Amino acid sequence: MPSKRLLIWTAVLLLMALSWALPASGALNPYVIQILMYVGINMILTLSLNLINGYMGEFSVGHAGFMAIGAYVAAILSVWCVPKALGPWLFPFILMGGGLAAAAAGLVVAIPSFRTRGDYLAIVTLAFNMIVKSILENLNVVGGPRGFKDISLLTNFPWVVFWVIATFYLLRNLVYSNFGRGITAIREDEVAANLTSVDTRRLKVYAFCIGAFFAGVAGGLFAHLLQFINPRSFSILKSTDMLVMVYLGGMGSLTGSLLGATIFTLVLEFLRPLGLWRWVIGPLLLVFLMIFRPEGIMGFKDPRWLQPEEISNQGSTVSGRQ
Amino acid sequence: MAPLLNIVELSHNFGGLCAVTDFFLTVQEGESVGLIGPNGAGKTTIFNLITGVFRVFEGRIFFQGQDITEWPSHRITAAGIARTFQNIRLFKDLNALDNVRLGAFARHRYSLWNAFFRLPAFRGEEGTWVRRAYELLERFNIAHYAQTPARHLPYGEQRRLEIARALISGPRLLLLDEPAAGMNEGEVEGLIHLIREIKQEFSLTILLIEHQMQVVSSLCQRVTVLDFGLTIAAGPLREIQQNPRVMEAYLGKEAPLDR
Repeated sequence: MPSKRLLIWTAVLLLMALSWALPASGALNPYVIQILMYVGINMILTLSLNLINGYMGEFSVGHAGFMAIGAYVAAILSVWCVPKALGPWLFPFILMGGGLAAAAAGLVVAIPSFRTRGDYLAIVTLAFNMIVKSILENLNVVGGPRGFKDISLLTNFPWVVFWVIATFYLLRNLVYSNFGRGITAIREDEVAANLTSVDTRRLKVYAFCIGAFFAGVAGGLFAHLLQFINPRSFSILKSTDMLVMVYLGGMGSLTGSLLGATIFTLVLEFLRPLGLWRWVIGPLLLVFLMIFRPEGIMGFKDPRWLQPEEISNQGSTVSGRQ
Repeated sequence: MAPLLNIVELSHNFGGLCAVTDFFLTVQEGESVGLIGPNGAGKTTIFNLITGVFRVFEGRIFFQGQDITEWPSHRITAAGIARTFQNIRLFKDLNALDNVRLGAFARHRYSLWNAFFRLPAFRGEEGTWVRRAYELLERFNIAHYAQTPARHLPYGEQRRLEIARALISGPRLLLLDEPAAGMNEGEVEGLIHLIREIKQEFSLTILLIEHQMQVVSSLCQRVTVLDFGLTIAAGPLREIQQNPRVMEAYLGKEAPLDR
């Protein structure tokens, strides 16, 4: 169906144009734009964590560690390595630099995952997060516990929208490919996966590194939006937030991740007037969700129109799979 | 000619308990060999050792003349040894089509970049393997379940789906672990027929674990009998059945009559 494809690409272009035009025209106030950018950054984090937790079925609780590495490396690149005037032009490369550094750190978690799984691997990822945080706290060159200051404001709404679309597109294509099927097979039955010729070690490296890459990019966007980062922003609590967004939206569902990130970010924002009470009401919502809909809003499903076209046996294309 | 599978002096123990001791087996291309013995004799352990699920500490395994003793499972499968499981191990939440396609995981050659951007190499290969998967689903009369999660398939269909998943990897040697478990007499007849057909069609060599003698006797030219990890007999089935040690393993020792 080429018409469906055309429709989606038109929508993407329209979205990009809107993301540029809306803030420029002043139709949305800067506060709303700010919130929407946080929604976008959280979407990238949630999508990338869902690859590891939802699709591969490993319980990673250290995603903020990858985000931290991306944020710090991107900040170092833009503040120390790139002339200020060139910053806006080189911003995508700065973000990718942060992403690649995070991906390299992904190996640190991927390699233990060859032998450990479940609770034990969760502890490894937890430890990873704590190690990253304490290294940053003790590294005086990047400000130690005081944080890294004077990062230029490079993140804007169009860039966030671009990276959300790119993350969604690439992860969707990955998930609906041979690699994605293999990653899902690890979740279903790792031994059987190995015995059906799936190279589970290679796939674990891919999943952790790709997930970490996008978390790193989100970290870079975050750093250049806030213009100030400190190690406390990347604590276990941040990782927990990401987990909540994944489970709220639904494991193994990319659309779910988009929804989860949106709802979680907005609800916390709307509850801001309640002060301390929002930390009661927010988690309470999650408790009710787990009781009444434990699989999350989408739960292992993506709507057909967002799935890529299935390459069918007749040569024509039939879209969708369950 | 070198045998297809050659197992030399294989031993394995679980924390001091000898599961397999000094096991030898040679399987020639095109043969069907049975592996029988009472429960807990170590038959499935041998399958797990051949396919790399357990690490081999003693003994060597050769496949097509190559030493595969230390290979990881996925490489062994890709090299041409596929298996099914005693208690069916499908990817239960994935549909039948994806289950079969996963059997061909190693035969997909496209790179990560091809997948990310759905480039022509991706489209070409995905197309090839979807078609092949449908052919196999049709061959086993389960094509109408292609989009159904494996857990919702009836028992017999799940067994056939598992065989289809094993066959798409293009094996030379097929290891069947109690394929007739839980089947009634009619279904067993059908299964025997099916195994004969696929053996011909896919030019397979078969190594079979089975308790139902009807299956073993109609499929296997020769059998190896295990008891407590020891090989107690090997040879054509008819000879084996007269062997006193085999009768003892299955029926127990004759008690001394004291009257």
